[in-house]
Amino acid sequence: MSRRGDWVYENNGGTCVAIAGADYCVVAADTRLSTGYSIYTRDYSKICKLADKCVLASSGFQGDIKALQKNLSARHLIYQHQHNKQMSCPAMAQLLSNTLYYKRFFPYYAFNVLGGLDNEGKGCVFTYDAVGSYERVGYSSQGSGSTLIMPVLDNQLKSPSPLLLPAKDSVTPLSEMEAVDLVKDVFASATERDIYTGDKLEIVIINASGIQHEFMELRKD
Amino acid sequence: MAKVDADLPLKGGFSFDLCRRNEMLVKKGATLPGFRKTGTTIVGLVFQDGVVLGADTRATEGPIVADKNCEKIHYMAPNIYCCGAGTAADTEAVTDMVSSQLQLHRYATGRESRVVTALTLLKSHLFSYQGYVSAALVLGGVDVTGPHLHTVYPHGSTDTLPFATMGSGSLAAMAVFESKYREGLTREEGISLVAEAICSGIFNDLGSGSNVDVCVITKGKTEYLRNHLLPNPRTYVSSKGYSFVKGHTEVLSTKIIPLTQKEKVEVAAEGDAMEE
Repeated sequence: MSRRGDWVYENNGGTCVAIAGADYCVVAADTRLSTGYSIYTRDYSKICKLADKCVLASSGFQGDIKALQKNLSARHLIYQHQHNKQMSCPAMAQLLSNTLYYKRFFPYYAFNVLGGLDNEGKGCVFTYDAVGSYERVGYSSQGSGSTLIMPVLDNQLKSPSPLLLPAKDSVTPLSEMEAVDLVKDVFASATERDIYTGDKLEIVIINASGIQHEFMELRKD
Repeated sequence: MAKVDADLPLKGGFSFDLCRRNEMLVKKGATLPGFRKTGTTIVGLVFQDGVVLGADTRATEGPIVADKNCEKIHYMAPNIYCCGAGTAADTEAVTDMVSSQLQLHRYATGRESRVVTALTLLKSHLFSYQGYVSAALVLGGVDVTGPHLHTVYPHGSTDTLPFATMGSGSLAAMAVFESKYREGLTREEGISLVAEAICSGIFNDLGSGSNVDVCVITKGKTEYLRNHLLPNPRTYVSSKGYSFVKGHTEVLSTKIIPLTQKEKVEVAAEGDAMEE
C-alpha cells in the first residue's frame, strides 16, 4: 500500500454551470461542501464576484480556490487604481488564465467557469482547466456533476464552435427565464445521480441592471 | 463418456490460480473490471416483541448513484431477514445461497429455521473466502428460542447485539442509537427509532440516500415495509418539458438496404409428428 505523506490536495466536490445569453449571463453552483463521504457544510458559496460584470464559479479544492479568488480580487483592485475603471470580463478571463499557468508545476486544484457581460453587453462564458487553458463558449459546466450536465446542455443549447468561419454567435437564443429554468432542471437531475451535488442551488444572473441572486432547494441526501 | 470436470475446488474457498495472470495483465496495462458497492446505512434493533431491521435504498458506483431505490433487506426465511452492505453482488449471492440452504434444512428437519443456523451458514461461507466476499450483514429474526440480532463481517466474525449498524453510514446511524436506544421499546418506538437512524445515514452520509425500508419481525408475523419513508422527492421539474423533433439530431448519412425477396414456402405433406 502506498502511504505517501505528500498529497496536499482534497476534493470538496460540487458542480458549476454557466450559460451566456444575448444580453445576460447565468452562473450557478450548488452549495454543498464535502470531503470523502462526509459533508462539511450545506451552505457554502462557490461563486465569487470579481468585478461589476464578472463572476467566477469554481469547484475542486476550496482551499486553493479561496486563495485564487483573493489573488484575482487583489489584482483587480490594482487594475482599478491604475486604469480608473473596472476590468472587463474578457480581460479578467486572460488574467485568470495567466494566474493559473503561473502555478503550472504546483497547480491550483480548481475547475473554473467565468461568466459575465463583455464590452458590448453580450453574455460571455469562459471555461478553464486546472492549469489555465481557456476558451470562450456559449455555456459550460465543471465539477463532479459536469459529465451528467454537459450532454444535456449540448442537446438543448447546441453552441457553435468558435473555430467556425464565418464566426457564429456563441450565445444561446433562449430568454433569461428559460435559461434559469433549464439550469434548475439540470441541477435537480444531476443531484439525483451525483452524490457530491445537492443541498441548495445558488443562481447568479448578470444583466444590464446588475447582479441578481436566486436560491433553490435541492435534495439533501 | 465425458470427463467429470471440477471447475471449483471441492473443499470450497477461492482458487487463486488466475491471480498471477491478472497481475501480469494489469502490468501490461489492462484494467480489471470494477464492482458496485452499496455504500450503505443498515441497522437493526431488538424491541419488546421481536426485531426491527432498517436500510436505505441507494446503490453507488463510485460517485454516481447506480440505483436510487434498490432493496437491501433480503429474505432468508419467513421469520428471518438480512440487511446487506458492501459489494451488492456479494450480499445478494450470499443471502440467496443461505436462504436456499435454510429451506432445504426446513424440509429435512420439519421445523422453523433458527437465526443461529443462518448465522453459522453465513459465517462459515464468508470465512472460507478469507474476506474476499465483501458482504457485511445485519441478520435478524425471531424463532422458538426468541428474538435474535447479529452482525456478520466480511472475514466471518459475528457479534450478537441489542442494536447494530453497518455500512458507510453506520457511524451516523449508531450516533442516533447510542443516544436514544433503551430496552423494552414498543413496536411504534422501535420503527420510529430505526427510521430516525436510517435518515441520519441518508442525510449525513453521501454513500447512503433516497428512501427508508423497514422490516418488523415478531413471533409468527413478519411485516416488510418497503419504502416506509420517502423523504427525498425531486425538488424541481421543468414545466416546459423537452421535445426531440425529427432533425434535432443531425443525420450525417442514410443507407437503406431492401430486404431480400420474400419466397413462398410450401408446407410438405404431413410428416411424423415431433417426438416429445
